[in-house]
Amino acid sequence: MKAGMFRGSGLRLYALFYLLFLYAPILLLPLFAFNSGTIIAFPLQGFTTDWFGQMWENATLRRALGNSLTIAVSASVLATCFGIFAARASTRFSFPGKGGIMGFIMLPMVLPEIIVAMSLLVVLLGVGIELSILTVIFGHTLICMPYAIAILSTAFSSLDKSLEEAAYDLGETKWSAFRLITLPLVMPGIVSALLISFTISLDEFIIAFFLAGSEPTLPTYIFSQLRFPKQIPMIMALGTVLVALSICLLAIGEYFRRRGNARIGGKETGGFL
Amino acid sequence: MAKSGLDAEARQGLTLMAPPFLYALVILAAPLLTILTYSFLKDGYLEVIREFTLDNYLQVWADPIVRKIMLRSLFVSALVTLVTVALAFPIAYYVSFMVRPERKSMWLFLITIPFWTSYLIRVFLWKVILGYNGVINSTLTGLGIIDEPLTFILYNVNSIVLTLAHAYAPFAILPIFVSLEKIDRSLLEAGRDLGESRAMTFWRVTLPLAMPGVIAATLIVFIPTIGDYVTPELIGGGKIPMIANLIQVQMLALDNRPLGSALAVTAMLIVAVVSLIFLFLNRRFLKVRQ
Repeated sequence: MKAGMFRGSGLRLYALFYLLFLYAPILLLPLFAFNSGTIIAFPLQGFTTDWFGQMWENATLRRALGNSLTIAVSASVLATCFGIFAARASTRFSFPGKGGIMGFIMLPMVLPEIIVAMSLLVVLLGVGIELSILTVIFGHTLICMPYAIAILSTAFSSLDKSLEEAAYDLGETKWSAFRLITLPLVMPGIVSALLISFTISLDEFIIAFFLAGSEPTLPTYIFSQLRFPKQIPMIMALGTVLVALSICLLAIGEYFRRRGNARIGGKETGGFL
Repeated sequence: MAKSGLDAEARQGLTLMAPPFLYALVILAAPLLTILTYSFLKDGYLEVIREFTLDNYLQVWADPIVRKIMLRSLFVSALVTLVTVALAFPIAYYVSFMVRPERKSMWLFLITIPFWTSYLIRVFLWKVILGYNGVINSTLTGLGIIDEPLTFILYNVNSIVLTLAHAYAPFAILPIFVSLEKIDRSLLEAGRDLGESRAMTFWRVTLPLAMPGVIAATLIVFIPTIGDYVTPELIGGGKIPMIANLIQVQMLALDNRPLGSALAVTAMLIVAVVSLIFLFLNRRFLKVRQ
């Protein structure tokens, strides 16, 4: 805190205010989650853990949690598997149309989600596929894939090609060299791609809202409850739990990403975005 | 020999690329092509009539309500982009130039954490902060600074802009940070040695070199915000719809898929045109750089 850089002090103050702005909603969350008042406003009333109890007993919420976990696990595994293929292909081989194909696969990162959701919905209804958590998994895999590829490409590109070649020379087949040499080296990247995809899917609202049919997921359940003032304190409790969970997952993901970077001697590039 | 080797490599690469590519074709390209086709078809009652027409587009471009919502979406996302990038630049600058190297990744981690927490709850909490009896108003009235709650911060474009500027902050900070990190520090020293003031060095050296990052940030914030559905719905109270809300209403509530498709295609076209303009600008700056 006392770096003593005079010309940076104004900027430092700004940076601290900016962090406060970024964290304002998250800091308020636990305040209201443990507040015994039913109205979400200051001044706070008293301390209570009732809302957490109420949350625990809610059957729809439990169902939504189950659905969300199923979707997030399936989508993150699928997205990471596809991501491994794409990252390996784009970092190790050159082939015609590579830029175009990669650009196309990365497109969902910048395409407004409402357009992905609506176009997919129109097709599903047209073909006559019933909306369920399976259709949400399809959508989530698509939007998680670019993030998984971005992370995995970094992991694969900093891989030393000569390590694999050494394995071939020592008589390993392509597959066994991949399994024994490449896979362990990119494993931190895989774990971090899984965690990031999981977090994205768990929090994704638009696609789940339009493609889940009558099945609730956590975000769509939250959205449906925000209309009822009576339910808000419980949603604040739920939010507190979710934020704590996300921070844990991200910290683990960040740890693996850094360890992976250190293992392959990569330079710190900062962040997974 | 060399040629056949290249072919084998290309084949291998393409084989590996096939699963994710086919998946994206089925789940992304096919639906996008479908809405493109729908947008040229006629709407019947509860069905789509297979007959070519340009009526949907004429309707989209002529309808004053659609035009108003389209312009509002553009205006809001332009404003959000401006605010987000302007607020983000000093932060990126601070982390890149003032923070010690070993602490940089911790700062970036701190900046990205809020982004990964529940979007819906974050948006809702802004409503709590800005609301009629919200945190800001109750604090200000409690301190006796104002008598009446401020109303200009809820249920209007200002609150939508503030909420979205918060939601997309890391998207703006990271590209600017990356471009600032790439700047050769000796260039800045050279500028100072040649007698430029600190402000002039920033204006003539740092800022032009950081421009590609600023343009990337602009694009990354602008594209998703124009299609945002949640914030107008929650913060705007449904009274200030943006283009995403309009598409949803046409597609589902009114069940007019062709018109909804035409809206979606038009929105994508607008986004594409704006993106191309920015990419063109980016190329010019990159050329200057070389």
